[in-house]
Amino acid sequence: MAGVKFSRKEFEKRLKITPQIIDRINMFGTPFEGMTDDEVEIEIFPNRPDMLSIEGYLRSLEAFLDKRGKTGMKHYKKEKSNYKLLVDKSVPKQWPYAIACVIKGVKLNSDRVKDLIQLQEKLGSTLLRRRKKGGAGLYPLGKIEWPIKFEGKKLREIIFRPLEMDDYITADKILDLHPTGRKYAHVCQSWDSMPVFTDKKGRVMSMPPIINSHDFGRIDEKTTDIFLEVTGNDMNTIQRTLTIISTALAEMGGKIYEVECVQVNGDKTNQPILDVEKMKINTKNIQGTLGIIVDDKDVKKLLERMGYDYDEKKKEVSIPSWRIDVIAECDLIEDVAIAYGYENIEPQMPLGVTTIGQESNKSKFCRKVSEALIGLGLLEVSSYYLLRGLDIRRARIKPSLEVEDSKTDYKYLRPSLVPGILRILSENVDSEYPQKIFEIGTTFRKSNSSQTGIGEKTKICISSTPGNYTESKQALDYLMRMIGVSYEVVEGRKKDGLITGRVGDVIVGGKRVGFIGEVHPQILKNFRLKESLAVIELNLKSLYNSIKII
Amino acid sequence: MSKIEEILESLSLVERQILPFVREGMDEVEKRSGLDNTSILRALQFLENKGLIVKDVKKSKVIDLDDNGRIYLGEGLPERKLLSLLIKEKSLTIKDAKVDSKLNDQEFSVALGSLKNKALVRIDSGNVSFVGKKDDTDKKFFEEELLVKLPVSLDSLEGPLRLAYENLKERKGIIKVRDVSDYVVKLTSIGEDVARCTVDSSYDNMIEQVTPDIINNESWRGKKFRRYDVKSRVPEISGGKKHFVNQSVDYGKRIWSDLGFKEMTGLMTQTSFWNFDSLFTPQDHPVREMQDTFFIKDAIGKLPNKKIVDAVKSSHEGKIKGSKGWQYEWKEEGAKRVLMRTQTTGLSAKTLAKLGELKNSNEKEGKFFALGMNFRNETVDWSHGFQFNQTEGIVVGKGLNFKNLLWYLREFFKKMGYEKVRFRPAYFPYTEPSVEIEVWHPERKIWWELGGAGMFRPEVTIPLLGEHIPVLAWGPGFDRTMMDYYKITDLREFYENDLTKSRKKRMWMK
Repeated sequence: MAGVKFSRKEFEKRLKITPQIIDRINMFGTPFEGMTDDEVEIEIFPNRPDMLSIEGYLRSLEAFLDKRGKTGMKHYKKEKSNYKLLVDKSVPKQWPYAIACVIKGVKLNSDRVKDLIQLQEKLGSTLLRRRKKGGAGLYPLGKIEWPIKFEGKKLREIIFRPLEMDDYITADKILDLHPTGRKYAHVCQSWDSMPVFTDKKGRVMSMPPIINSHDFGRIDEKTTDIFLEVTGNDMNTIQRTLTIISTALAEMGGKIYEVECVQVNGDKTNQPILDVEKMKINTKNIQGTLGIIVDDKDVKKLLERMGYDYDEKKKEVSIPSWRIDVIAECDLIEDVAIAYGYENIEPQMPLGVTTIGQESNKSKFCRKVSEALIGLGLLEVSSYYLLRGLDIRRARIKPSLEVEDSKTDYKYLRPSLVPGILRILSENVDSEYPQKIFEIGTTFRKSNSSQTGIGEKTKICISSTPGNYTESKQALDYLMRMIGVSYEVVEGRKKDGLITGRVGDVIVGGKRVGFIGEVHPQILKNFRLKESLAVIELNLKSLYNSIKII
Repeated sequence: MSKIEEILESLSLVERQILPFVREGMDEVEKRSGLDNTSILRALQFLENKGLIVKDVKKSKVIDLDDNGRIYLGEGLPERKLLSLLIKEKSLTIKDAKVDSKLNDQEFSVALGSLKNKALVRIDSGNVSFVGKKDDTDKKFFEEELLVKLPVSLDSLEGPLRLAYENLKERKGIIKVRDVSDYVVKLTSIGEDVARCTVDSSYDNMIEQVTPDIINNESWRGKKFRRYDVKSRVPEISGGKKHFVNQSVDYGKRIWSDLGFKEMTGLMTQTSFWNFDSLFTPQDHPVREMQDTFFIKDAIGKLPNKKIVDAVKSSHEGKIKGSKGWQYEWKEEGAKRVLMRTQTTGLSAKTLAKLGELKNSNEKEGKFFALGMNFRNETVDWSHGFQFNQTEGIVVGKGLNFKNLLWYLREFFKKMGYEKVRFRPAYFPYTEPSVEIEVWHPERKIWWELGGAGMFRPEVTIPLLGEHIPVLAWGPGFDRTMMDYYKITDLREFYENDLTKSRKKRMWMK
């Protein structure tokens, strides 16, 4: 989700922002986030990168608003040219594709330049996956001598003066010293060569996806002719990026000039490819999916307001090249709904699908167990599913499952509820005693029989402090009697953290379902607890299996 | 019954014991009642609550001896010691004076200064000499007079004794000041009336506790029951209860089952296949990175049967008729990674897959819901957390359409207590069309975004159900409603389990 900021001045040259327009903006599917004297902030969802520039956005919005001459699909002319780009086989196989085009006669001002920079950044972080899939570069056309090459070199062989630096340095130093170099160095760290654009004179124009050369200049308000390139490892994605940026520049008054691009495998294309895609749409499907009644004429109008052309005879929709989100008929149907207006679609009760509600047996059983324990005056607690290093050290347990790269100390999947309970008690030493609490929750252990290699068991943990074995056993006994489970307690095997000789195994139906015992003073001290503590932990499913639930 | 009689009937034993003597002062009360100070104070509080007395608290300061003061009272102040020495020796060097007086540095310098101020000695070229008169030496210093008098109230000191106090106050540990509260108790006019009546012995034998004897022997006959102050505050108690998050979870489940939905349950750990791939989320989507998702170390999951895996692969690669897919190569490896589920929608996918196994197409229908914990790799602060409850429901059936989705949404949120809802276009990778629901918050008087919804894309339904059957899906944000209800502004409160807070928290009454 990108909150994009557009210049208010530029926006209102085309469209005055009134409360009605704000409502329309929201009902178009681009939430209006706010407005200052200088800026308008709009949220653009990730499926519409074509709207990340003010030109792209207004192109779509004005059609939706049914502005005269703005509906239907926008067509951009491409001029022929002699510009050629050759991709050399020395490029890294991790970044092999390069395409480019030229746009002349663009009318820029400071707001538009800002908008272009924002477009590049936003595309970089969303569609281009933080420059891992591709990168885009814009240059003033003037200094470039054609034809140009996209080739790969060793880091030390590349020398140029990057933007924002005062010296000519080698590429390895750029990656080390230049802020953009450091930010994206990880992207190219394992590449077999470093790609650069060089012009006919062999001068380095830029080093994608990192930085342009200072000598070729950067775009400013006075620039009118622009060279645009997109490089990367996914042809589809860089194609779309080129389309989005080039048409945005065309909207700023520019004329698009083709560049002949030859890839490593010899594929030759004239970029940008602004081919229109055609997709069939069935009016019956629109009616069936949305539940509204529309005929072909209505559909044509609605589609044109969403920036498409529609051929009524062939039932074919023409989709502009920058609409990367349209991959199936349902995408067109949603656009029809948006144009129709979600606020105009009346909710309607469905016929059929009569069903009876039902909670799962597990939920029901958990509820009953809770009720029984609450009846004893116990307070239910709910702790974190992940444990911190501190918790497992204090509780002296060794969990076998850990998450990768947690942003916090919470990294271990809890194998038992007891450490969480101990932590809660340690954080409540100032709260009134006695403290009788319980928790029902999921615990995790490695298991070969599970699809994920992880076995999940729901457990109940009951704890009482100051507490002793007798009182706890009373609670256990009460619970078992209330839910109707026959059980017995036998001498428990030695268990870490519990006082030897004060541990019982709880047996139901001949199987061990849990334990009861007094916590060892060493553990109590680790958690800074000052009173004795007895705990019970039982496997919920085992209890459930032993009784009949209606 | 007159007010006086009512009051008389409500007097407890201790109140009756002291009330007759209040007029004569606290000393009399102590003497005549025989009660200890605590009981007297308690009784006075009760009487004050009933409006029978007014308590005037006078705070004053009392000066008393401190440790050094006690010592000097016995041995004599340092200046007295020094003076006695100088009277004997008439004149000494300062050095000798110090040594012979056996005073420490501080005491000596204070003593010297004090004697100089009293014009009893003169210091001249390193010598100190006694210059007073004979009768001066017999007179007590005012400081010495004061010490003997202590303890004494500060207000009672005037003139030279007041000055002596100021002097001694500056010196180390000689005197200390204590705050003292003095009660002056006066009867109100009602209090006077009631006090007069306490002679009436019929109020002597009132019934306090109703005991088995009193019940059995009916010995309450002819006696009055002492009146209670029914308004008095009582200490708070607390009982057992469900954790407030679980209370609201129960409420959520009730809403679904009331609407005829069947609960889906499942594991919290999932393979990427169910959590992402089966929901048409491309394998390079940012949400699938470690930044946002908890992947489990050293855990490899198993994929379900080949039929489903191939179907999902086809949908991603654009091989389903009518869809371009994501136009990349879908790889099994990426789908096998094990993670802590980021949404309950994986359960919906599994449910659809189960329905897909049915032979009869018309049986592939139903209403299902899930409500459970989900996880994301997040920092933990007032607005972020790594675990959160989410809920969602799906309705599967031929002939279902977008209007039906809006209908379900309206009914669902009405049940949550929101009469007015509105819908806006939204975006999710697995639904198209997608909807964002806003409810009108009755108290805050704003439109509040409370959830997302949509119809599953054919790229999701076809691999799982075997054919495209409309599936309506939605999931309101639960944590937001909870924070709103309990006025919680810090997310960490959900799982901090502060027992004092938990004991006081009111029940979820929705």
